[in-house]
Amino acid sequence: MDLNLSDEQKLLRESAERFVAQSYDADHRRKMANDPLGFSPAVWKQFAELGWLALPLPEEFGGLGGGAVEIGILMETFGRGLVSEPYVATVVLGAALIARCGTAEQKQASLPKVADGSLKLAFAHSERAARFDLAKVTTSANKTAQGWRLAGSKTAVLDGHAADQIIVSAHIHDHRGPSGRIGLFLVQATTPGLVISDYPRLGGGRACNIELFDVHLPEDALLGDGQDALPAIECTIDRAMAALGAEAVGIMQTLLETTLEYTKIRKQFGRPLSANQVIRHRLADMAMQVDEARSMALRAALKADSPPVERARAASGAKAKIGKCARFVGEQSIQLHGGMGVTEELEVGAYFKRLVAFDTLFGGSAHHYARHAELGRRA
Amino acid sequence: MDLSFNAEERAFQDEVRGFIAKNLTEEMKRATALTPSVFSDPDIGMAWQRALHRQGWGAPGWPVEHGGPDWTPAQRWIFETECARAGVPSVNVMGVKMVGPVIIGFGSPEQKNFYLPRILSGEDYWCQGYSEPGSGSDLSSLKTRAVRDGDDYIINGTKIWTTHAHHANRMFALVRTSDGKRQQDGISFILIDMKTPGITTRPILTIGGDHEVNQVFFDDVRVPVANRVGDEGKGWTYGKYLLEFERGSGIASAKLREGLKAIADLAESDLTGRAIDSPDIATRISEVEVDIDALEMTELRVLSALQTGQNPGAVSSILKLRNSEIRQAVTRLGADVIGHDALAVEPMRPLYKLNHEPATPEEMLTVMPEYLNGRAYTIFGGTSEIQRDIIAKMMLGI
Repeated sequence: MDLNLSDEQKLLRESAERFVAQSYDADHRRKMANDPLGFSPAVWKQFAELGWLALPLPEEFGGLGGGAVEIGILMETFGRGLVSEPYVATVVLGAALIARCGTAEQKQASLPKVADGSLKLAFAHSERAARFDLAKVTTSANKTAQGWRLAGSKTAVLDGHAADQIIVSAHIHDHRGPSGRIGLFLVQATTPGLVISDYPRLGGGRACNIELFDVHLPEDALLGDGQDALPAIECTIDRAMAALGAEAVGIMQTLLETTLEYTKIRKQFGRPLSANQVIRHRLADMAMQVDEARSMALRAALKADSPPVERARAASGAKAKIGKCARFVGEQSIQLHGGMGVTEELEVGAYFKRLVAFDTLFGGSAHHYARHAELGRRA
Repeated sequence: MDLSFNAEERAFQDEVRGFIAKNLTEEMKRATALTPSVFSDPDIGMAWQRALHRQGWGAPGWPVEHGGPDWTPAQRWIFETECARAGVPSVNVMGVKMVGPVIIGFGSPEQKNFYLPRILSGEDYWCQGYSEPGSGSDLSSLKTRAVRDGDDYIINGTKIWTTHAHHANRMFALVRTSDGKRQQDGISFILIDMKTPGITTRPILTIGGDHEVNQVFFDDVRVPVANRVGDEGKGWTYGKYLLEFERGSGIASAKLREGLKAIADLAESDLTGRAIDSPDIATRISEVEVDIDALEMTELRVLSALQTGQNPGAVSSILKLRNSEIRQAVTRLGADVIGHDALAVEPMRPLYKLNHEPATPEEMLTVMPEYLNGRAYTIFGGTSEIQRDIIAKMMLGI
């Protein structure tokens, strides 16, 4: 039992912190918020050079073989700077699905390109009617003479507008109808029938709705051998929730520090806000919740390779708890900044909105406490 | 980074399990499960202390030269976790975890030689004389006074919330020996024999129906000056050192987990009409379980820092605060899970020696007393409000 960072992990944290401190400031974030791409291709190139895009990929395909803890270290630092590059979409979701489900040829074709920064990915899974139920997929995939025909619609596809390839989940139909198996299909962004409508995402970056009007794909667009991909999807999203949880911790830490500083400087009734016990206690509660969130994000990362039920309970527990902490820390940061906290003139709002997006993405606290309870009963 | 235990640690875990299996009797186990107050009664608790002492495990936190087992933080974690899992009685914490470390840190060689072995063996049973009717959170405003008379102090005043004063043969107390500039000055740390003439004890019943705490009165009580620990007037420093031990024992999550498990078992049983089938109850159990997960990880992070010699700092206040709040959440959940059985009051104590058939099943007997008595968790050892003050000051610098 040892929860101290290794020397390599410390180096990773230091280099990430240095990068964010140098490359990410308020001006950069404002520029990105109004940018049609939502992130900087130059920064993405630097991610590749620093080895971060290769970090969790298998070594035989150009990766560095890092684990969930290393991703967490990186993501926490991204949170501190409110980084908007499509790291989760490409590396944590897209590349992970290919690594988990793809054939050796498919991995060889994609993963080294992800690592060198020349291939961006996205994962189109959520559907309006499914809400947060990962098993509910009505987008259909029918076998054709040449390959596959996909039809349906997807929502909340993170950074799908920037992706070269989109991994689309679809319910595989055979001659008898729905097979009960979900397949993952690698779709080139330029494929006819694929209509991507992107929008600015709450808290930075972009997301899109995707319509698939009889999209025809070659046979080898299906990742792997056509086995039900649901377990791989659950695993990937559990790990993504751990990564996003770490990012939320970084965001909360920045909000805590910013708010603490503000309450020391801001004077009312002739004394700093922090001279009031009610303010000090609020900040103590915020600090405590940041610490609890940090513990939960680390726990989810350390259990990312555990058997499915244990992994899923740790991920849902972390998602629910960190979401709750995030709302509290975010809302109180605004409250303690007073009227200025509600304006776009300070950055508190931008950090807060990213936390709200975190809490919502893949299901909020209520959903994940319920999933945690349900899995506990099955265990 | 690794959550799992290495081969040596797993071997130690087996050793602890073997020890518990051999020494924890069914009687001790049942008595512990049916104790709704914070501490086990001494007949149960001290039997366990003697078993621990025979094994050389009488005082896990002490240095080797005074009889400590020289465990790593991970070993202490394993020990506490296995004890919680098995449901062992609580020992005399006021001796082993409170006055012991102070005597080791600041006591004279004579005091160390006399008192420490008696704590280890269970021969002495200690109580803590800190709070007074007028001094709760503002502890250093205490007024119990010790006036020098030759080789003795003569003590007058009163102490309150004194856990197990009615069982204890010794008390460590903070008393005022002089008036300094600050109210923290002039306080001394004194060891008192409870059989000394002039000491009387009044029981205080808590709202759960238990007699655990007392008020103790001192009426011209003569105590040798040799019973003072450290320097006269420096008692506040020693007392604060002890409070950090009291808050930061740092391994509470395993006990919370067992408490929650007992409530979850009740919720899944026909005794409660399967309360867990209510989505609200099921979700609340998950919420509390997740809070325990978070506390456990924080404890493990602190342990890891300790293993490499880092100082965890004000995090002991976070641990105290969260432990007390989660414990209350567990007991609140329990009170809701048992439904109408929450209405039944069982006034007789101890619950493991009832001479009549209780109104509720035995599994539920402690639920309401624990909920009611448990309101004290966020009050004793420094209220939650005081802990928040400490976190703001020590961690945030405000």
